[in-house]
This record gives sequence, structure tokens and C-alpha cells, in this order.
Amino acid sequence: MIGATSFSPLLLAAGAGADSFLERLPLVIRDTVAGVFPAPLQWLVGSTLSIVAIVAIFGGIFAGLTLVERKMLGRIQNRPGPNRTGPMGLLQPIADGIKALTKEDIVPRSADHLLHYLAPVALLAFSILTFAVIPFGRNLVPLELDAAVLYFFAAGAASELAIFMAGWASRNKFSLLAAMRALAQLISYELPLLLSFVPIIMLAGTLSMTGIIDAQAGWQLGFIPRWYIFTPWGFAAFVIFLIAALAESNRSPFDLPEAESELIAGHLTEYSGFKYALFFMAEYFGMIALSGMAITLFLGGWRAPLPFLEFIPSYAWFGAKLLVLLLFFIWIRGTFPRLRIDQLTRLAWKFLVPLALVNLGTAAFWSLTSGWSGALQLVRWALTIAMVIGPFVLLGRGLSGTHRPRTYRYA
Amino acid sequence: MLGSGLLQGLKVTAKNLVGSFHDPERLTTLEYPEQKAKLPENYRNFPFLVSENATDPMGTLRCVGCQICEKECPPQCIYIEKSKDKKPDATGKMQVYPVVFDIDTSVCMSCQICVEVCPFEAIKMDQVFEIATKDRFTALLLDRNQLAKPNSYYHEIHPTEAAEVDARLLAERKAAEEKAKAAATPKPAVAPTPSPTATAPKPPEAPAAGGTPAP
Amino acid sequence: MTIPFLIIAFVTLVPAAVAMALRNLIHSSLLLIASWAGIAAFYFWAGAEFVAFAQVLVYVGAVSMIVLFAVLLTRHTRIDAGLAPDSIGRALAGLLAGGAVFGVLLGAVLSTPLRVGAKAAAQVPVKRLGLELMNHHTIALLAIGILLTVSLLGAVVLAATDSKGKGATP
Repeated sequence: MIGATSFSPLLLAAGAGADSFLERLPLVIRDTVAGVFPAPLQWLVGSTLSIVAIVAIFGGIFAGLTLVERKMLGRIQNRPGPNRTGPMGLLQPIADGIKALTKEDIVPRSADHLLHYLAPVALLAFSILTFAVIPFGRNLVPLELDAAVLYFFAAGAASELAIFMAGWASRNKFSLLAAMRALAQLISYELPLLLSFVPIIMLAGTLSMTGIIDAQAGWQLGFIPRWYIFTPWGFAAFVIFLIAALAESNRSPFDLPEAESELIAGHLTEYSGFKYALFFMAEYFGMIALSGMAITLFLGGWRAPLPFLEFIPSYAWFGAKLLVLLLFFIWIRGTFPRLRIDQLTRLAWKFLVPLALVNLGTAAFWSLTSGWSGALQLVRWALTIAMVIGPFVLLGRGLSGTHRPRTYRYA
Repeated sequence: MLGSGLLQGLKVTAKNLVGSFHDPERLTTLEYPEQKAKLPENYRNFPFLVSENATDPMGTLRCVGCQICEKECPPQCIYIEKSKDKKPDATGKMQVYPVVFDIDTSVCMSCQICVEVCPFEAIKMDQVFEIATKDRFTALLLDRNQLAKPNSYYHEIHPTEAAEVDARLLAERKAAEEKAKAAATPKPAVAPTPSPTATAPKPPEAPAAGGTPAP
Repeated sequence: MTIPFLIIAFVTLVPAAVAMALRNLIHSSLLLIASWAGIAAFYFWAGAEFVAFAQVLVYVGAVSMIVLFAVLLTRHTRIDAGLAPDSIGRALAGLLAGGAVFGVLLGAVLSTPLRVGAKAAAQVPVKRLGLELMNHHTIALLAIGILLTVSLLGAVVLAATDSKGKGATP
């Protein structure tokens, strides 16, 4: 059934005028390759091609990203970054891969061997699963689902389970602590993450990714795209989503499960060689997938930012937006220090969740007043902005007012 | 307001990121194997033998093979064999010289005791640190050819200390010459004085006290 | 048609059965999660996409975390020493509770008129599902919401009295 939905032979020409050759190229390639095979096998070949393309392209992006991240972190710290392997260090990912492959795979004697082996595999599998529903371009959706958003977060939620498995199976106190932290973090940040984009589903009226992108079509005043980030509530939701996404993908200010300075490497302590590389890969895949989700939900998916730029193929726009978001994530990693576990949970429960709930009301107001025009339009904007800024300032005051030293009850 | 500190932090890192591309001055690191940082003068690592002349290091070693360092060396990493014959040394005096002078750097602990006990200013501390080799037995055992380094190299790595040593040696030589004149029996075979000592910079406050300055 | 169902049933039931037999509590809970995933697969196979994803999101994503947290916070050793119940009374109580749940479920299954037919159920779009829930089943939805809110508040109250009693800063 999945195969049948994914390979609907000619999904293209879905109304829009952007029917250029470049736009259709990926589909044309897939169809011509699949056409070589007999008809009963075509759906299988088509799906396999999509899977291979996703794994190859995002594997390549992962490899490049490791280098870009190290270079950029280096520049942020006023040093050049890796520049020894190949010209400007461009071959560094290959060297890293060879190193990871040739290293000894060490498993602690008292570890739970099956779970220890299964954890990186499961983590990578779950993170690749999330790629299935992201629209990478016009008509470039690997799996068109009615409840795609739900599917995405269902697949993403399972990845913390794999981190728990890794932490518990290692039989190492640091790993176990990391597993506990990962669980606490997931429980805390699942909620703001899900709440932050509920307004979008409410306004778009659909859970399908294509539907959400279609709801962001068109231009305001002729040139401002109708993306959700360009509305006051949408911007607030985007910020909440980004913060929660950083926490969900264990990225830097929230990388408590693998806090190097406190927990060696957290759940990765007892992993070496290629298993470690798999964890690393899964982390980056998770980051890429969440960025793709943010693009789809808030940044208009594959849509061009200006009307006259629509001649550039949609997947190029998706790639550009993805790159910008990933660089932003790296920038954040290079800037902010890690949060403590109590600050982490406090930020989620006392700040992000209430803000996301208030934002839901703001979006409802925005949706109800969509008929207002003229001067009332200005009133609508002013009211919505006030509804975003007000709670932010009030809650923020409460949050930053608690700069007391932590008291240890059981220490 | 909440978040203003975060934005400030982002600004700082963004400045670093952009600035390091157009302003190479910002890069604080050195590309190590190609560029090397100037080591501080007092840095010391493994001894070397001072020779007066770079062109003939074996002929102009200051070492007279007295074996004091060999006896004083706590880990006993020095091995010396004296010569049977005598050669004129830097001051022209006939002296014994070391036929074999080995230092095992895998044993040496860079304590500088050999330098402090040497009465002839013949052994000094080096600044090498790239001594990794693939052969741990023979390559780490340095013989006298590898250990001999000219006085100019000593001036390069420890300029202040080398100048003091040179001034002291010169003063001693002059005193010796005056003594010789006072004896008024000129010897026919006086070896020519090597030049490096003459060209070395002389600090105005050349101390008269003996012993090498503490690092 | 029946082969996928059999596979799914196997994937659902075998982990559940093994989970009961295992002595290692963490293994049991992980197998329980696998069983939940199997149930989600069953929903998916039956055409209830939305319910399947909700099952994964809620059970595999969230409830599993609670289960694992509870296991980690309560157990001191990894391997449970004894599997035997402490007393015959507890064993009887366990049997009684399990039997009661089984009876209720069996009664519900038997009393539901099951339509048996070769025709697959039509795919219900999520939007229609939402409208149905919000229009026809509003009361039930609200009741469940209130129940969950009350239980959440209860949990908060239970957790909060601790720190207040001790007078420590939160």
C-alpha cells in the first residue's frame, strides 16, 4: 500500500505553471529508469530509486556538513578549522569515514550485547524514516500521506528510545545518566514542539505536508510571500519550534545527553568505530529532517521567496533554505553554552509551553479576523503583535528573575 | 528583555566568523609544521655540545672530555670516551677531547645538571622537541656528531645566556694571554683564535660571576 | 490479505508473550514497546492511518518513556531476582485483576457486531475524522480531556506537596 501511494506515476503538472524541464527532471529520471523494468515491478523500482536518492543525497549532505560545521566553528573561534586533508580540508569527511570504518569495535563485556548492537541501527532507521514525508520540491514527496505531520513526529519520537537503549545497554554510569537525561528532555520538549505548529495545522486545515505548503502559496502586496513565518504568531511559533527542535535533535545548547564535559560522551561513551559514526550520522539526519520540517511548516516549503525567482527549480529553493537553517544551527552551536538540566526543563515547562498555548489563541484570533481590511488590518497586526510580545515579556521576566544558585536537596 | 543577551552573543560570534575571513590578524593559531612559534628563551630540552665553528664542529668542540657530566648525570644517560692524544682547544691550550660522546635521549630527563657542572661551557640545553622517531633504540641515542651544534645556534636559542658565556670566556682568555705575556716566554705554536667569539654581541653588563644563569 | 495480518499478529503477540516471561525488566518494557508498534502496524494495515500514527506517537514515543523512567527510578538491580509472587494472596489478586480485564475486553469484542467482508474499508481523511470528533463525539472528547486534566493536576499536586512540606526551594 505504501508503495502504491508513493509511486503515482505522473504526479507532475499539478496545476502550477512551473513546468520547466529542470523542475520535472528528477521525476523524469525516475520514470525513465523505472520504465526499463516490467510493469509489475515499476512501483518497486520507483520507490527504491527514491530511497536510494534520499540516502545518497542526505548522506552526502551529512558528510559535507561535518566539514562545514568544523570549519565554521573554527572560524567562530578565530582559527581556520580542518585544512590538512586535501585542498582546504575538503577530503576530511572521507578521512573521517575511513577512520571510523577501520577502528576497532569495542563492546563492554558486561554490556547488553543485543541492545548495544541494535541501538545505533534503530536510531539511524528512525531518523531516515522521517525523510519519507518531507516535500523536497514540487511533486518531490517520497510518500504522500494524509497525516504526514503526525507520521513525522511519530517516527522522530521513537529516536529517543534508541538513545535510551544505547545508554542502558552500555552498562556505564555515564551512559545511563545520559539515557535518563534524554528521556527527561524528550518528555519536556515534545510538548512545545508539537504545540508550536498546531496553529499552522489549524489555519491550513490539513495534516498533509503538501496541503500546508499549498496554504502558503501566493504573495502579499505583490512580493511578500504568504509564508507563516511572516505573520506575528507564525514567527513566534517558528522560534518555539526551532528551540524545541534543537532540544529534540540533541543539538548544542541542549546537548545534555552527550555533554562531553560532564558525561564523557553520554550514551556514546561505550561506542566506537562505525557504531559511533552511525550515531553521529543519525544526529545529523535528525537535524536535517527537523530543518526540512521547519521549512515546510514555516518557510513555505519549496516555494521561491520572490515572484520573479520562480524560474529556479523548487528543490533548489528547498536546498537553499535547508542550508541556511543548518548554518544557523551551527552558528547557535558555536555561540551558546550548554544549559543545566533544571534550566532545560524549566525553559520548556515554564516558558515554551505557556507561550505555545498563548500562541494558539493568537493564531485563532488571526484566523477569525482574516476578513478585516483597510485600517482594521493595521489593528489586526498591532493586536497580534501585542499578543505575541506581551506574554513573551511577562514570562521572560519570570524566567530571568530566578537566577538563584541551585540548592541541592539530597546532596 | 529576555533574549537580548543571546542576540549579543550571536553578534559576537558572527563578527568572529566574518572577521576571520577578511582579517587574517584575527586568526590566533599557527599552522604548526610550516610555521613555528618562537619558543621562550628559557625553554630547555635535551643537552647539546657547543662547538666554536660550524664548518669544523668536531675540531672545535669546547668539550675536553673531563667526564664530570657523565658522573653527575642522575639517570646516567651520558657516555664519554676520552682521546689518548691532545688537540689545541678554543683557547689554544692543548687538551684532551671526547672520541665518543653519546646521550641517550630516551633516558635523559632534561634536568640541566650536566650544564651546571660543566667548567668549560661545553654542554648547553637545546630547544628541540620534535624528536619522535620510528626506531626507538638507535635513533634516540645521539652521538657527538648529532650533538655538536655551533655557538651561533646557541646564540639563536638563548641569546642572553650565550652573550654572558661569551663575555666570560673572552675575559678568561684575555687573563690567560696576559699571564702568558707576563711569563714572557712566547710559545711558537699558538693556534689561531676562532672568530665566532669575537663577532658575538657583548652585553654592557657582562657579569663577572661564574656559573650559568639559572633558567 | 491474511499473510500480512498474520505477520503483524506475530510481531504483536510474540513480544508481548516474551515480555511476560523475561526476568529483565528493561527487556520486558522494550518488548512491550515493540508490541505497541505492532498494534500500530495493525492499525496501519487496517487503513486507520491517523490512529496508527497517534499510537506510535503516544505509546512508542511518550508512554514508553514513562514506563522506562518508572523502571529506572524504582529498580535497584538490573536483573530481577525472583519471579514468584510474595504471597498466594497477591498471586490470586493478580489473576483476578487480569481475568476481569480479559473478561471485559472479551465481552466488548463479542458484543460488537463485526462486519465481515472482503471489501476494504474506505480511507477516511484526517479532516473528516476531526470534524466527526468535534461534532458528534464532542461530549466524549471533552470528558476525556477533563479526566486527563484532572489526573495531570492530581499528579502536580502530589509532586508539589513534597517540596512544600520540606520547605526547600523548588
